Amino acid sequence: MTPLRSAAELEQFRAAIVSSREPPKPCIAVCAGAACHGMDSQRVADALEAEVARLGPAAGIELRVTGCHGYCAKGPNVVVNPTEVCYFEVRPEDASAIVASARDGTVVERLVYADPETGEKARHLSEVPFYKHQTRLLLGDNTRIDPMRIDDYLAVGGYAALSKALFEMTPEQVVDEIKRAHLRGRGGGGFPAGQKWETAKNAPGDERYVIVNAHEGEPGAFMDRAIFTGNPHKVLEGLIIGAYAIGSHQGYIYTRHDSPQLIKRIEHALAQAEAHGLLGQDILGSGFDFNVELHFDVGIFVSGESSALMRSIEGLPPEPRPKYIRTSVAGIRDKPSNLNNVETWANVAQIIERGADWYAGIGTEGSKGTKLVSLSGHVVNSGVVEVPMGTPLRRIVEDIGGGTAQGKPIKAVHFGGPMGGSIPARLIDARLDFDELAKLGAPIGAGGLLVMDEDTDMVEVARYFLEWLTQESCGKCVPCREGMWQTVRVLDNITKGKGRQGDIERLQDLNEVTSAACLCALGKTAADPLKSMLRYFRPEVEAQIARGEDRDDAAAGSTAR
Amino acid sequence: MNEVVVMQIDGKEVKASADMTVLQAARAAGIDVPTLCHHEKLEPFGACRLCMVELETRGRLSWVVSCLYPVAQGLVVRTRSERVDKIRKVILEELLAHAPNAPELVAMAKEYRADPNRFEMDPSFCVLCGLCVRYCAEIRGKHAVDFIERGAAREISFIPEIAATECWGCQECFALCPTSYAQAAYFLTEALAFPGRRKNGAATAG
Repeated sequence: MTPLRSAAELEQFRAAIVSSREPPKPCIAVCAGAACHGMDSQRVADALEAEVARLGPAAGIELRVTGCHGYCAKGPNVVVNPTEVCYFEVRPEDASAIVASARDGTVVERLVYADPETGEKARHLSEVPFYKHQTRLLLGDNTRIDPMRIDDYLAVGGYAALSKALFEMTPEQVVDEIKRAHLRGRGGGGFPAGQKWETAKNAPGDERYVIVNAHEGEPGAFMDRAIFTGNPHKVLEGLIIGAYAIGSHQGYIYTRHDSPQLIKRIEHALAQAEAHGLLGQDILGSGFDFNVELHFDVGIFVSGESSALMRSIEGLPPEPRPKYIRTSVAGIRDKPSNLNNVETWANVAQIIERGADWYAGIGTEGSKGTKLVSLSGHVVNSGVVEVPMGTPLRRIVEDIGGGTAQGKPIKAVHFGGPMGGSIPARLIDARLDFDELAKLGAPIGAGGLLVMDEDTDMVEVARYFLEWLTQESCGKCVPCREGMWQTVRVLDNITKGKGRQGDIERLQDLNEVTSAACLCALGKTAADPLKSMLRYFRPEVEAQIARGEDRDDAAAGSTAR
Repeated sequence: MNEVVVMQIDGKEVKASADMTVLQAARAAGIDVPTLCHHEKLEPFGACRLCMVELETRGRLSWVVSCLYPVAQGLVVRTRSERVDKIRKVILEELLAHAPNAPELVAMAKEYRADPNRFEMDPSFCVLCGLCVRYCAEIRGKHAVDFIERGAAREISFIPEIAATECWGCQECFALCPTSYAQAAYFLTEALAFPGRRKNGAATAG
């Protein structure tokens, strides 16, 4: 591959790919996302491949192994394009029927979605309840892209935004576009991305860095890997645009060492982008140079915290440092370093391509665009969901999620994993909005949404999250290391019926000091699930403590006798 | 020469050099702020959080660790307040669960009315202030003692291979340890890694 050296060459190359695919052939897309992969989608793909090979090229059927489609609960997922006929829970034995009907333009009725109550069938992606309430701006291409083929990304318009930024916009204009789009960071904080970019751009120094935080690590969060594994070039394109805007020539992708599929895709995407002249020296002949290095964690959650992550890239242990000076001013090797999460970077290309006004037209006053949500817990349809900001949680949980598995009433929904919070079912009409949910005590965080039915023990939920965090904290500062550990001790006792008087005050004191005095965001927010528990489910906690006190009284009584 | 900033600590006007931390400025002005993990010869660590102070900026309060927070013109600092005292009290109670008799902790507990029996006891004696670890790394450049594990499982540990050659003639970290745990950990390492070493007189030769 000769590197592309101008915007025109890119467009010619794209046109050649598109015309080689005309007229469009039926294409069977098999999901190889984490959940489907775990349900042996590889065997389904192998069977389909054998069947397509058996019929030979004359049949004109294409097969594509893709990233996550989203509907994890019903995997392995298969979608036949361009008609978008969806098949669920596909087994290798179904291969010949799927290939035959793709060829004939028919539908394998037994594999399509059927409503669990009425039995009514939904054949196309736009009719399946899980998909039809979504707006899939980021995930929509996942069924059309083989993440190992840059051609697939180019065929759907990939890297056009990069070309536009490089040749039609100044770096200032790019920053301005992101600011006007009100893109807010998707990693947890919801900080305005454009403002962060501007700080890094204007910070003194001749060298600056851009970083993708792909260290998705908390239980119940699986949206970043869905987009990054399924469509790596989308994230990469955003990063290159960001680098151009900020004036960075060195980027880093920081991810987990234990996600081999993702690592393979990223490494491949970087190599392909470079071979095509979209990365490296003189990108698209614009004179802009930019390289990307891939870095791995050492297997601890706190290394996803920005300052810890940057220390880890420097080769030091991933311990957070206080951010009295922001990392966008002094990050890696004390140079200005702009860190955004995977989903934030994935939003960049479409903003540049379609404009800030278009983007800002989606969502609420304070939260724009769509948001990826990983939906799990006691919900029928678990999976990766993408909805516009402002969508009521009820729509996500009931219409998309299909309600609770056994039809039991919902007790609470929990946002943001171990550093998030739970709100009771009566608040389920709250909208998906950074500020609105934070006010309710269930900040979106990275976007993990856990549905809990009436049988859930809220004390146990808080205890579980905190216990997890005590293992993922670095252990440097006292209120995080000791505060969380003591909190777990108290909660442990309560759940074992050994609660005692003063436990609520003990929890509150620990909570207050942990959130006020910890060094980094992990510790500062570690108390959040507990805060929301005490805010909405206090009687339940008190009742459990009373159980322990009763026993003490009984024991005291029996000795007295 | 460094720029001089004027700030207010506990209602008193304090002049400080612009490269100082709030802790340095306070101590230079004779205002005491409690610390556990701080040592003037070592890089500030910010781990014990006992040195937290209250800042007031444009009517808004925030709490920062003074050993790391840089001074600034016009800063308004309070080294004692209801919130600051509460933070120190709870942190001391958390630490006393590990080392209930450490003299420094006992003295501070008195000042901040910390109850040593507030939380479940786990007498590990080490409070992980890291003075030994940082002294060995920063001053001696030996790294004979380091942190191992993470979160609540974090410990200090002497690295036998390094300790065997470096520690006998030094042992300067022992005096820094607020709980005498460093000393215990060292002798434990020696006993486990080199059994009989002392009896054979090998240690005295080092």
